[in-house]
Amino acid sequence: MSITVRQGRTLSSTTIVFAVLVLAIVAGAIITAVNGRNFFSIGNIDNVLTTMTILGLIAVGQTLVILVGSLDLSVPFVVSLASVTAGGIMAGQTGRIVPAVLLTLLVAVVIGLVNGLIVSQLQVHGFIATLGTGLILSGYLASNFQGSHGEAPRAFRLLDATRIGPVPIATLIMLGCAVLAIVMLRRTRLGHHLYAVGGHAEVARMSGVRTATPIIAAHVICTVLSAVAGLLLLARLGVGQPTVGSQGSYDLMSIAAVVLGGTLLSGGKGNIVGTLAGVAIFAVLDNVMGVMQLNPFLKDVVRGTVIVVAVAVYARREIDRRPARFGSASPTPQEVR
Amino acid sequence: MRRTMRAGALASAAALVVLAGCSTDEISDSGDDGGNQDTEWFVQADFDRQNEQRDATFQGDESEPWLQYLEGDMTDTSEFASEGPKKVCFANASISNPWRQTGWITMQQQLQVLQEQGVISEMETRDAQDSDDTQIADIDYFINEGNCDAFVISPNSTAAMTPAVERACETGKPVVIFDRGVETDCPTTFIHPIGGYAWGIDTANFLVDNLEEGDRVIALRILPGVDVLETRWAAAEKIFEENGIEAEDHFTDADPTKIKQIVTDAINQGQVDGIWMDAGDGAVAAIEAFEDAGVDYPVMTGEDEMSFLRKWEETGLTGLAPVYSNFQWRTPLLAVQKIFAGEEIPTEWVLPQSPITEDDRGEYLAANEGMPDGHYAKFGGEDLPGFPQAWQDR
Amino acid sequence: MSTQVTLPRYEGSLGRRLALALRTPGGAVFVLAAVLLVAIVVSNPNFADPGSLIRFAGRTAPIAIAAMGQYYVIVSGEFDLSMAAVIAAQVVLAGNFIGQDEARILPGLVVMFAVGALIGLINGLATTILKVPSFIVTLGMMLALTGLVRYVTGGAATGNPSDAFRDIGRGGIEGVPVVGILPFSLLILLVLAALAVWLMRRPFGRSIVAVGDNAEAARYAGTAVWWLKTRAFIISSLSATVAGILLVGYAGVHPSVGSGYEFAAITAVVIGGVVLGGGRGWVLSAAAGAFALELLFLLLTSLGVPSTWRSTVQGVIIIVAVALAGRSWRATRRPRRRGGVAPSTPPPPPSPPRAQRQETSDA
Repeated sequence: MSITVRQGRTLSSTTIVFAVLVLAIVAGAIITAVNGRNFFSIGNIDNVLTTMTILGLIAVGQTLVILVGSLDLSVPFVVSLASVTAGGIMAGQTGRIVPAVLLTLLVAVVIGLVNGLIVSQLQVHGFIATLGTGLILSGYLASNFQGSHGEAPRAFRLLDATRIGPVPIATLIMLGCAVLAIVMLRRTRLGHHLYAVGGHAEVARMSGVRTATPIIAAHVICTVLSAVAGLLLLARLGVGQPTVGSQGSYDLMSIAAVVLGGTLLSGGKGNIVGTLAGVAIFAVLDNVMGVMQLNPFLKDVVRGTVIVVAVAVYARREIDRRPARFGSASPTPQEVR
Repeated sequence: MRRTMRAGALASAAALVVLAGCSTDEISDSGDDGGNQDTEWFVQADFDRQNEQRDATFQGDESEPWLQYLEGDMTDTSEFASEGPKKVCFANASISNPWRQTGWITMQQQLQVLQEQGVISEMETRDAQDSDDTQIADIDYFINEGNCDAFVISPNSTAAMTPAVERACETGKPVVIFDRGVETDCPTTFIHPIGGYAWGIDTANFLVDNLEEGDRVIALRILPGVDVLETRWAAAEKIFEENGIEAEDHFTDADPTKIKQIVTDAINQGQVDGIWMDAGDGAVAAIEAFEDAGVDYPVMTGEDEMSFLRKWEETGLTGLAPVYSNFQWRTPLLAVQKIFAGEEIPTEWVLPQSPITEDDRGEYLAANEGMPDGHYAKFGGEDLPGFPQAWQDR
Repeated sequence: MSTQVTLPRYEGSLGRRLALALRTPGGAVFVLAAVLLVAIVVSNPNFADPGSLIRFAGRTAPIAIAAMGQYYVIVSGEFDLSMAAVIAAQVVLAGNFIGQDEARILPGLVVMFAVGALIGLINGLATTILKVPSFIVTLGMMLALTGLVRYVTGGAATGNPSDAFRDIGRGGIEGVPVVGILPFSLLILLVLAALAVWLMRRPFGRSIVAVGDNAEAARYAGTAVWWLKTRAFIISSLSATVAGILLVGYAGVHPSVGSGYEFAAITAVVIGGVVLGGGRGWVLSAAAGAFALELLFLLLTSLGVPSTWRSTVQGVIIIVAVALAGRSWRATRRPRRRGGVAPSTPPPPPSPPRAQRQETSDA
């Protein structure tokens, strides 16, 4: 029953998201041209892609967590922790890159497990569970790292500095992770169960799905992707930075990007491609506002307005269709569960 | 855990790509000698140097402190000498606190003057909104797309911004850094007031002079990890320790609600004799905590923010207003002017930084009458054409 | 759907009812607050001084008021992330509009409440009519409002409003025996708490819980869900406005006043045993949750825990409290769930590995 969830129906919302993206690009190109610049120049495309990379990675993970009906507010602190952990272990030495990366990802797996277990076994709402683990991590970071920590060796920094044509290698890593997540959602049992549990946990459970597995898996993948984002930021900054995650407000912005991409906040419906489009919309928006030299405070006003208006465009039609699929007992979709 | 496998290949991917002959930005090769570069905030040599600089004589006209400097290495800028208006690209960390907003207004006023003089054609500004990642992207954008004649950068953080600043230097165009520094000497000039240690020394000495051994001081700090703030506390903490002052530090996020709660709780726990702040934003809330608790005012150090100066005068408490010279926001554009004129400028441009004492408080209050509470007394824009409206109408 | 879930039982003696009530999450939070208070007094007897306790209660009033406002939104199954932004906006508005002119205090209050109601109306209508998830609506409102306030003011405070206005949040009735001063903020909290309890006994209060429990059923029962939820958002924004008025008195004007309130209020509500996703919880437990949270911070201060570690302790407490509360709620509700698919089962999915069935995937 769960397999059919994403087919056909998501097409419409994803189409709308891409229409919004195209609209943003066209408007962006015009505004950029008016400001005497070329939107499609290599430097500008590079700027858009770089802006997309970190948020994109996190948003892909966040999509999985939201699809399964949870939330992850701990991502900024996982990003920061990954950056200082890997930076500290590397300490500028090429030979330590591999152990540093492995250990960092291991730490991320553990955090993801903890998040997933709290949500699935203690049955604490994902919002509270990850707000809690985020606070725990933030206390650890603030107590142990006063300023930048460690150093990335040159070989690791190449991750940020290298480009294939106009595309930064970091962006390719992000896209690679996204492709893997898409394959996972479409082709594996885990992916189908993820939709099933997010769509309606009770029904999924009664049809024989072990609800804990997809919840835990989604949380683990999300923290691991956040850690990869932290590693890429380490490559970019050259040093571990204990505040780099909070600087980007990746918790709320990733959730916004996921919803902007057409995924239902209540879970069970949505896809990665839409999320990438949502991230791209933010990146184009930021890029154009940068070219316009918009007052930074006004940037926030625009971001806030665009989030609500864009989601409003397709939120109505999405919701009207949904109850038919799960029967009248389904929860009101706009409620965050 | 397929992801672990994939991500494990991260490191080797970089090498592969290089082998495949792809484009790579220049990375200055620092080699593998790195070592664990954990940030250590107290450096005795820096402490001693800034301690001396507090009493040093500055070169230049005292009525224009933003152009004064300490004698030292000079950068020869004759290679940049050229005619005509230039385009400046400014990568700003943020304008998210009153100190930066005041400076930003001053900078824009200075820009107008230089534009009218035909020195600068335009200044393109990108604001990183307190994000390292964004500021690196901003600097790269300027390098690729900005058609910049000169870069002005106010780094969001010291170590993290170093690679991007190096890339800006590699364009061969002048690079001016101000406020927080970077860990490279490639910029044409680095403009900053004496520094955090000097602040810490001025303020801690003041409290030590006005308090007894064993007295209790509450240190209100905004947040950890920012070098210009950490060095203030590092110096002050050392002096407090040496003089038997019991100092407890707390982080406040510059939120007056938190400040008032922290101070109130401290008063409830026992007598508080002194308040030390690493930045004066929110100082009034700390003073009001003493008023509401009905106890004597403490000996206190704030900052040259108008709200503190006014409250200080009103209450008559024993206080000092240390200054992290806001007028440094004028200097970068004036440095650009000198660079294109081929004049030599200090490689490290150390600006004067002297606290406002009770004796000269009245003078600064009078000079800044009508300014909002979030304004900084030593903003140094009195001779700019927009004065005072530009700073009053925010 | 029954609405008695707001209070456990109505039969038995007062003592028995009280004992039963304290065993629900909504009741346990009062015990938690009391335990924390005792711990604080033991760790530092100076805090036992009635004068400083009453001042502590006074300064906790804004967050408790905000939590009660947030309660209405959460119990209806929604979120309000815009509270901190509303508080900052009101604080700046008070500074700029009222300033030192005492004649403008009353018009100022009217303007502030009107702005607060308008923000709540927008949040509510965008959520219910435009069908945008409230998490996103109020996140957008948070960004837009914060940006707008900073843009309009240039980010810097002009100056504090007149002392007469600030007295609402800073002053109190002086010369009261034992405690010395009775803060106005505490009185306002008590009045609003009474109002909130009254409101919960009105049809509105019963309906809002029903909507949070099962909006579909409530809709079939003829409830205008959109208007109920919109009113919840308006109440939330108005309570943020009151919190702003108190905070501008307590702390003065600064754009960062109120920062963190969005999560603090939600945390307080959740610690009070009110379940995210709606339908359960008691409004006074939300206020008690706020007190428990602030008492926890005070205890950490009193014990001399370095301030950087506080968020860690807070994180642990939140998770533990909610896990226990969830367990307890499920225990009280189990019989009802058997009857059919409980519609909005407490957030993420059930269920402990009882009867772990074979994974019969249809993949």
